[in-house]
Amino acid sequence: MSEAVHATPPSAAARPAPPREPSTLRLIATLGLAGFFSGLAIVGVHALTLPRIEQNRRERLERAILTVLPGSRSFAVFVERDGRLAPLDAEQAKQAGEPPIYAGFDAAGKLVGFALPGSEPGYQDAIHGIFGVDPARRLVVGFQVLESRETPGLGDRILAEEWIAPNFRALAIDPGIEAVAAGKKTAAHQVETITGATISSRAVVRMLQKALERWRAGIEAYAAGAERARRGE
Amino acid sequence: MGDLIWIFVAAMLVNNFTLAYFLGLCPFLGVSGRLDTALRLGLANIFVMVITSSCAWLLNTFVLPHAPYLRLIAFIIVVASTVQFVEMVIRKMSPALFRALGIFLPLITTNCAILGLALFQTNRGYDFLEGLVFALGAGGGLTLALVVMAGLREETRVLDIPKVVQGMALYMILAGILSMAFMGFAGLFSSGGS
Amino acid sequence: MPPPSKPLGDEFLKGLWKENPIFIQVLGMCPALAVTNSVVNALAMGLATCFVLVCSSFFVSSLRRFIPRPVRISTYIVIIATFVTLTDLVLAALVPDVHRALGAFIPLIVVNCLILGRQEAFASKNPVPRAVADAAGMGVGFAFALTCLGAIREILGAGTFLGVPLFGPHFEPWVIMLLPPGGFLSLGFLLLFFNALKQARDRRRAAAARGETA
Repeated sequence: MSEAVHATPPSAAARPAPPREPSTLRLIATLGLAGFFSGLAIVGVHALTLPRIEQNRRERLERAILTVLPGSRSFAVFVERDGRLAPLDAEQAKQAGEPPIYAGFDAAGKLVGFALPGSEPGYQDAIHGIFGVDPARRLVVGFQVLESRETPGLGDRILAEEWIAPNFRALAIDPGIEAVAAGKKTAAHQVETITGATISSRAVVRMLQKALERWRAGIEAYAAGAERARRGE
Repeated sequence: MGDLIWIFVAAMLVNNFTLAYFLGLCPFLGVSGRLDTALRLGLANIFVMVITSSCAWLLNTFVLPHAPYLRLIAFIIVVASTVQFVEMVIRKMSPALFRALGIFLPLITTNCAILGLALFQTNRGYDFLEGLVFALGAGGGLTLALVVMAGLREETRVLDIPKVVQGMALYMILAGILSMAFMGFAGLFSSGGS
Repeated sequence: MPPPSKPLGDEFLKGLWKENPIFIQVLGMCPALAVTNSVVNALAMGLATCFVLVCSSFFVSSLRRFIPRPVRISTYIVIIATFVTLTDLVLAALVPDVHRALGAFIPLIVVNCLILGRQEAFASKNPVPRAVADAAGMGVGFAFALTCLGAIREILGAGTFLGVPLFGPHFEPWVIMLLPPGGFLSLGFLLLFFNALKQARDRRRAAAARGETA
């Protein structure tokens, strides 16, 4: 920039303060304004997208629950209160701080089983999954990954039906879930890990073990109660 | 206690920020030409990471539950201003430390490893202590990667390397081999993980 | 005043190849290597970055006279972080599957050195159309390079392209290409390839020059 250019605009010449040293107030005002408008934009778009995002999440969870409990048509949300399972309605479920589990019912309203969510560190990051458990037959009847960032082609084979179908469709929960090497499954309570995805598949087994440990008593008490109530009538 | 050690080892070796998550590559590829510079940059990073981790925990616990969608902007502003504040404090309190770390501090603001640390810590729901240990591990891992790379690059200077390979291509391939070596640490997980 | 400037088209085109952010400038590596283990992820990340870059450049360039120098970097970061958050929310609402795959890396667009670099080096000094052309070029170049990397890694590492198997059942995938080392190695060998091309061209030019003088 030449001197001549500097001199021509009268406003620049009239103002003695050189533009190189803006006042602290101006700095704070600039940042404040930037923050204000950015906050405004974010809050606006957040309000616009929130219903859609929540709906996506809910639909995905609902699909997962109905998938891991074959035969179920509807489900209800439960939490543990004083060592017993207590049902929550949809409004309460949103507010509830404690982790919920889901009971699935078939078309006739009979209990099919419980869907237990869990999470466990995998190879890259936490794996979130959900298991279907049938307390009457004492079997794990389904599994689905809700969220994972395992390596494509390796760890993400835990998402594949080829692994889930033979291992989690009729997995006995007694005497306790056990992980065995690929091709070494001999008993109904064993899960084969995946060669090349050992860490991810072991994480899934640990997730299942922890979920069962956490919920076993509550589920069994509830299922026994439901059975008694049915026979009593 | 075992969990804490686990978080530390995992962050430092198994999931090394630079070699497994590709975070903090700018200093890794750009600055790590000399061993002592690399070491000091690494230390400055650990320092900022520990502070960031505490700030992220404070924000996550007290502020962000009310407005989770502001997380990103809150983190980045806090990181940037903390770094500047820390720089001022160090300059006043300890000129020696400032000379050692000072010039690197502004660089660190735009280092993705710092923001990555805050975000990972949030995703994994670490509490305050776990967060600190995670920051120490991640910073240690970053320092280790920087120092190893700087050592290798000092070596390459005296070697007769074909001109085609020199520069960024060589560093990338070196990083690839280092990353492969670090993958071996994943074995720690499968044996002792459960 | 900048010297009599190049046409807008040139500002756009330079980012595609001559100053390609990844292949030539080696900027913005974190997302480039982290998400390129499949073509879909790479493409989505490239487009998201491109969008943020163009929007930020537009705003930084239009506000360039009002932003005082001492706080310019902070202001740029606020602008960039805003657009990244918006992108994040919109992706989560419209394409939840892509969002789940990229999840952890979308926020890291904020610290992509490429974006901040373009604001500081170009958008803050140039009028809006020029800044947007530059940003679009750089963004498209970035997305292109990411997709190339993603394609190499997916084809070699999984034997598929966009999820479609390319080879017969007897193909043994190079699993390492999908893992972190594969990211470093593919980019390393790509850079090597470009170095070799450049050297060959320089030699040809030198030879041609010698031929003319002789």
